[in-house]
Amino acid sequence: MTLPLIIYRSLRQHALSTLVTAGSIALAAGLLLTVWVVKTQSQAVFAATNSGFDAVLGARGSKLQLVLNSIFHVETSPGNISAADFEMLRRNPMFAGAIKHALPIAVGDSYHGWRIVGTVETLFDEIEYAPGRRYAFASGRNFKLGTEEAVVGAYAARQLGWKVGSTFHPQHGVGGDHDHEELYTVVGVLEPTNSPVDRVIWIPLEGLQTMSGHNPLAKTEISAVLIQLRASTAGLMMNNVLNQSGGKLTFAYPIGTIVAELFNKIGWVDRVLTLVAWLVAAVAAGSVLVSIYNSMSARQRDIAILRALGARRRTVFGAVLGEAAVIGALGAAAGFAVFAILAAVVASIVRAQTGVVLEPWQWHPVLAWGPAALAGLCALGGLVPALKAYRVPVAETIAPVS
Amino acid sequence: MLDVVQLRKTFVAPDGERVEIVNVPAFTLGAGAQLGLRGESGSGKTTFLHLIAGILAADSGTVNVDGETMTALGEAERDRLRAAKIGYIFQSFNLLQGYTVIENVVLGMSFGPRGADRGHARELLERVGLGTRLHHFPRQLSTGQQQRVAVARALANRPRLVLADEPTGNLDRKHAHDSLRLIREVCRENGAALLLVSHDESVLREFEQVQDFAQINAALRGQS
Repeated sequence: MTLPLIIYRSLRQHALSTLVTAGSIALAAGLLLTVWVVKTQSQAVFAATNSGFDAVLGARGSKLQLVLNSIFHVETSPGNISAADFEMLRRNPMFAGAIKHALPIAVGDSYHGWRIVGTVETLFDEIEYAPGRRYAFASGRNFKLGTEEAVVGAYAARQLGWKVGSTFHPQHGVGGDHDHEELYTVVGVLEPTNSPVDRVIWIPLEGLQTMSGHNPLAKTEISAVLIQLRASTAGLMMNNVLNQSGGKLTFAYPIGTIVAELFNKIGWVDRVLTLVAWLVAAVAAGSVLVSIYNSMSARQRDIAILRALGARRRTVFGAVLGEAAVIGALGAAAGFAVFAILAAVVASIVRAQTGVVLEPWQWHPVLAWGPAALAGLCALGGLVPALKAYRVPVAETIAPVS
Repeated sequence: MLDVVQLRKTFVAPDGERVEIVNVPAFTLGAGAQLGLRGESGSGKTTFLHLIAGILAADSGTVNVDGETMTALGEAERDRLRAAKIGYIFQSFNLLQGYTVIENVVLGMSFGPRGADRGHARELLERVGLGTRLHHFPRQLSTGQQQRVAVARALANRPRLVLADEPTGNLDRKHAHDSLRLIREVCRENGAALLLVSHDESVLREFEQVQDFAQINAALRGQS
């Protein structure tokens, strides 16, 4: 009980500096955990997000852009393809046998920043957005083709305050240049899917193609085709055939690998953030060193008394080191609270921007080794003052020699 | 109990000259004995006590405490021997200000071979009249009470030898007398020998045995 008592009393005696130092470590721990967990969660969740589709067929261009626009409903469309290309997919026996579902989508309009996507009823009737999970309606029903009806994702509906029966005029472009004449009525609100679908306003395909003010050519064009395959080998075959040089189409497959490319491209951001987090952690460990070291003059007498009572040098060394480790551990523990706040903020931003739901509290090894490493780093920071404690001259410190 | 033979200690003065502070050819204290050692300020008596307690290492000579030669031991072993067999009462008490009364005593025990014994600490504190002050901090006590905590702490490890360095120096005459009586009684009850150094004649008069440190320490004779 000796060491814990010495450590406890020392922490109490220097309560203010203990709190301030532990607070700075908590911030560092929270930042470190947030960067790490959000990074790994984002990569995993984004790579796994495909809304139930294996591939996307779109205009010639970047596969990543095509996937981001068609699956995540961000970025701009790389361009349209003709309805004939879609028909080709359905009629070509080589493809038709490989494809389980092929759903055309049309994009380009929005409502106050919320993207409007035209598609077919099949999306909500037959598609499983995750294994064994089909879209369900929290209220209302699916739209009908040929009507001015809309189905709204759960997040968009909540943010817009829409219910079944709400009406709206679609706006032209993703920036909402002007209102279209058509008045759409919400007939269904989806249950949350924790996917980008949640933040989209869905309308019948031809509604978007024939919206007033659109180029007449749009009637014969679609933005992309979302494809479910019967087998992954079919994807490789279609990849070879459709992406051959000189073609006018892009077949983005597999979606997860293409999304992973995005993270490879922005890997440097990730590395910078991690470096910053570690630097903050190092500064926090340095603050332990400084706060204890600065109080060493005041502690010298106590240390000399302990030594005079029979405490070994290694005991006072261990007490100071232990104190640094406890401050680190307290800070790291409090870091979970900081992490909870930061991660919740980041997750809500990611959800608002992409519809993808991160689960920061899902187990990740960094939740164990991160705080442990930080506490260890702080203990290392305690080495210098511990060495000073080790060297305290007892006789000179304890009493004037007579 | 305590045998000192040819004990020498020098320090380097600011001018670089080596000054001999302690040179005790022979000194003995029997088990359970109580001795008053008269010494003026600057006579080297604190250094002498530090050498006996192993807080300082001697240049030469031997200090034997209860059968163990302190001067033959390394620092860690001296710490162990001090914690096990020696209690030390300082003039300024040297209580740990951030610790409660009972913690001060328990901590004094925890470095010894028997370890912390809260029950024994409580008994000692009750014996010195501080049974109702166990959880007070030193700053909440009077000077006399603080000194009694120091006495209890010095005896906490059931030491064979108690060293007291001007233990009444910070007390008025009345409290000094009471305090001295308490130290002597408690040492007697615990079977500990007592070596008390003081320059106060009224304190030394309380002892049946008194020696003059100037007679023991040959270094002083050399300086005069």
